[in-house]
Amino acid sequence: MSAVLNLCLALPLAASLLLLFIPGHRHRLIRIFSLAASLAVFAVSLLLAVRFNRAGGGFQFATDIPWITSPAIRYHIAVDGLSLWLVILSTLLTPLAVVVSWKHIAHRVKEFHVLLLLLEFGLIGVFVALDLFLFYVFWEVSLVPMYFLIGVWGHERRIYAAVKFFLFTMAGSVLMLAAFIYLYNLTGTFDYLALSERLAGRGMALDPTAESLLFLAFFLAFAIKVPLFPLHTWLPDAHVEAPTAGSVILASVMLKMGTYGLVRFCLPLFPSASREHAPWIVTLAIIGILYGALVAMVQPNMKKLVAYSSVSHLGFVVLGIFSFNPIALDGAVYQMLNHGISTGALFILVGYLYERRHTLEIAGYGGVANPAPWLAAVFLITSLASLGLPLLNNFVGEFLVLQGAAMVNFKWAAFAALGVVLSACYLLWLYQRAFLGQAAEAVKAHVTDLTPREWAGVLPLVVLMVWMGVASRTFLVPIAAANARILERSTRGLIYHVQNPEIPPRQEVARAR
Amino acid sequence: MPAEFAPSSAEILRFLPETILIVSGALLMVLSVFWRNHATRRFVPLSLLLLLAAAAASVAAHRDPGPAFREMISADSFAAYFRVLVIAAAALTVLVSSQYLRRERSEAGEYYALVLLSTAGQCIMASASELIMLFIGLEISSLASYVLAGYLRDDRRANEAALKYFLLGSFATGFLLFGIAWTYGLTGSTFLEDIRAGLSDAAPELSPILLAMAASLVFVGLAFKISAWPFQAWTPDVYQGAPAPVAAFLAAGPKAAAFAVLIRIFMTAFEPMSARWEPLLWLTALLTMVIGNFAALTQTNIKRLLAYSSIAHAGYMLVAITAASETGMAAVLFYLAAYTLMNVGAFAVVIHVCRKGEQFVQIQDFSGLAERQPATAALFSLFLLSLVGIPLTAGFFGKFYIFKAALDANLIWLTVLGLLNSAVAAYYYLRILVVMYMHPPSEAASDLPPLDGALKAAVYASALGTLLLGVFPSLVLNFAAKSAGLIR
Repeated sequence: MSAVLNLCLALPLAASLLLLFIPGHRHRLIRIFSLAASLAVFAVSLLLAVRFNRAGGGFQFATDIPWITSPAIRYHIAVDGLSLWLVILSTLLTPLAVVVSWKHIAHRVKEFHVLLLLLEFGLIGVFVALDLFLFYVFWEVSLVPMYFLIGVWGHERRIYAAVKFFLFTMAGSVLMLAAFIYLYNLTGTFDYLALSERLAGRGMALDPTAESLLFLAFFLAFAIKVPLFPLHTWLPDAHVEAPTAGSVILASVMLKMGTYGLVRFCLPLFPSASREHAPWIVTLAIIGILYGALVAMVQPNMKKLVAYSSVSHLGFVVLGIFSFNPIALDGAVYQMLNHGISTGALFILVGYLYERRHTLEIAGYGGVANPAPWLAAVFLITSLASLGLPLLNNFVGEFLVLQGAAMVNFKWAAFAALGVVLSACYLLWLYQRAFLGQAAEAVKAHVTDLTPREWAGVLPLVVLMVWMGVASRTFLVPIAAANARILERSTRGLIYHVQNPEIPPRQEVARAR
Repeated sequence: MPAEFAPSSAEILRFLPETILIVSGALLMVLSVFWRNHATRRFVPLSLLLLLAAAAASVAAHRDPGPAFREMISADSFAAYFRVLVIAAAALTVLVSSQYLRRERSEAGEYYALVLLSTAGQCIMASASELIMLFIGLEISSLASYVLAGYLRDDRRANEAALKYFLLGSFATGFLLFGIAWTYGLTGSTFLEDIRAGLSDAAPELSPILLAMAASLVFVGLAFKISAWPFQAWTPDVYQGAPAPVAAFLAAGPKAAAFAVLIRIFMTAFEPMSARWEPLLWLTALLTMVIGNFAALTQTNIKRLLAYSSIAHAGYMLVAITAASETGMAAVLFYLAAYTLMNVGAFAVVIHVCRKGEQFVQIQDFSGLAERQPATAALFSLFLLSLVGIPLTAGFFGKFYIFKAALDANLIWLTVLGLLNSAVAAYYYLRILVVMYMHPPSEAASDLPPLDGALKAAVYASALGTLLLGVFPSLVLNFAAKSAGLIR
């Protein structure tokens, strides 16, 4: 029983409930309260990182108490090197989301912050839940606030985008629920640790068809969330229509729910099926890398450009995961964090530009560097980070993924590397068109440099870009330890599975009951 | 020998809930002559008190479970669960009705008397262990419901709804009665236990065609009551035409009681032939879900939308009945409790928004409700999210237990199709959320009085129940599982 992790999970929920009692017209108080609460959560989550035993790859800060007796569902939460950083990413971006919404959200302020804190609760929950059922609960709980954030505070086509986002995710997640229940009926537990032990153990191994179908049910839910090409169509809509804070949380944290699920559940629970399906998944990931980059190149809308760049970047993560190579997997997890930081920063900066000029069209800008040199500088650093310049964060992750993938199949790495080149094209071209050249009158009149509040919203991310690019060991050591366990589990399950071809079909047992 | 017919005190206790409800129904009828105009306000607290007494009697009867009246009634924990459930549904109905009736200037004792009498019929349905008794219960419940549907005498829509409901309902009851007669003819008994014994011993001698006819006729009668495909067509018309609180009632009490009967007959009397009716139920469950959900997608009237949604929810419950297992029955029991809470809650908000003469029952009339009355909109969202099946609400656990039971019974395709159905359903519930939160306030929202009085109590009670069952489902599930286990 660890107080720190429980506090980290409970604080956002408690804060969002407390916020309900603040009168709706006291906007300043609401913002300050939300900022203080989310900073407190961040501080608590840092405590997790400080106390974390970096060498051990196992789960730490565990709490495991029964919640529902029949069927046995437990409130089992813990973090390992994989989830630790994702939790901190969530707790870091929530206060930043409050800061960037300070002026931008002027309408129904209270509801906005209640939902934002509720969203944080759901996101942290997804990353710490070790009971499959609990995981599903948080998975769905995080869906509802985001739906409202897009639908209420978004741009013109917000309703379409919000409903599309909700239905895509829901369609994937119901099948995942069916798979969870099927696994429960098979093994008698929802507990992740017990489940992976039992599935790897003798006599419990799944028959190949069932394993394949279960894998696909999990995979579909996660792939929609990632999103993997060709399931990505909800993403540009959701990103373009969402308010800045929504885009930031969506890109930085919510997409990671999908990749996290792939690493946490698909690989260790269904080792054979994962390997069996890996070739076409990797193919889709590489198509996604190239397709996302090419489509980003021709976007006239900045937010859409960044959204498609996400499709491309997340392709690297999926490639790394399904390479079944420790280096590639470390790179994939590191890339999840990198994408969260650099794309989050890009969305924040695009949001700043939008607040000034009230347009997302690239053609509406040009020469922004003249009136706003600091804004331009920060945008340039972020773009360089995102395109994988050495000494900045993305370089480390992309390099590891490509190296690991090349060790498995050189062609994969070769095609994926094209994506890195293309990302340099679209990001630098964006920078050139929006920030360089002569500033038009409209730009001169409206665009001013960063205010202190805006600095506060983006500076932590810039610091992290450099830190994660230079001192990657700080972050990579716990990740590598956790990944080693996952890969080990995944391999162990594989061997047992192959050695036990004659397992009595489970259907007859169920029917006899 | 008259002494043999005199019930013992234990038997009287086992029948006490129904007795209380029937006597109170009659009492309210009499009182309605004396309490007029302002005095009609007294009916709500009085009815609630009487319902509370009946609920207490149900709990008391459960302490000493056993048969009564020459085994025509069995006051087991299955009966206790349903008695408390339908009484709670009736109490919520009473709470949501008074403001509506006052608005329509038609509050009178007979309305509450009819609700109580219908509830008495439902209690009998829940506890009957003999076909004739069961039929009497069904008739008491139905006749009162027919009158309730047409309670607003001067409203043409309500008249149409009542007439439709009555004609189709009595037709369906005819089927049920015919099925009972066939069953009696085949097995020589109307007692569920005897029928089951007869079917399991003498099954080879009985013609399977005749047996199938008997079971199908019974099923047709009950399928009408739970609005399962292909007997669902009356539901939207009746729910739309009937006064909104009556629609809320029809979706709760009578439906729950019909499910109780369906479970009891098919899990006891016809249990020996369960393998044969499984395909039939499979298809019925699937088509009921599909028709309910897909028809709801295009509705613009909120009462009609909720009617189609109630058809879809009956489909989910049929999935669990198809599983024909104890966990499946427990899932249905839990789902009925969850559904009653969230659906009455949703109807209560509709009653609040619709105003006099039900002027505002289009989905568009909910535009901007979130800006005018954030609390009401938030509670309505809770009910709708529960109907979608989002975690931490009762509806989620309901669906979860149902599909878990179905997978337990290896109904994989039905589960997958059912879950995809529930994803489709998300769309039409979300449409209401969209207009409430994302559209500018409409004319209907502009002069809406605040939620208060009994209606407010009903909304908050349902919301509390929905959340409580969504976080601690064991509270109800354990009892439901026990009741379902004892039914055999």
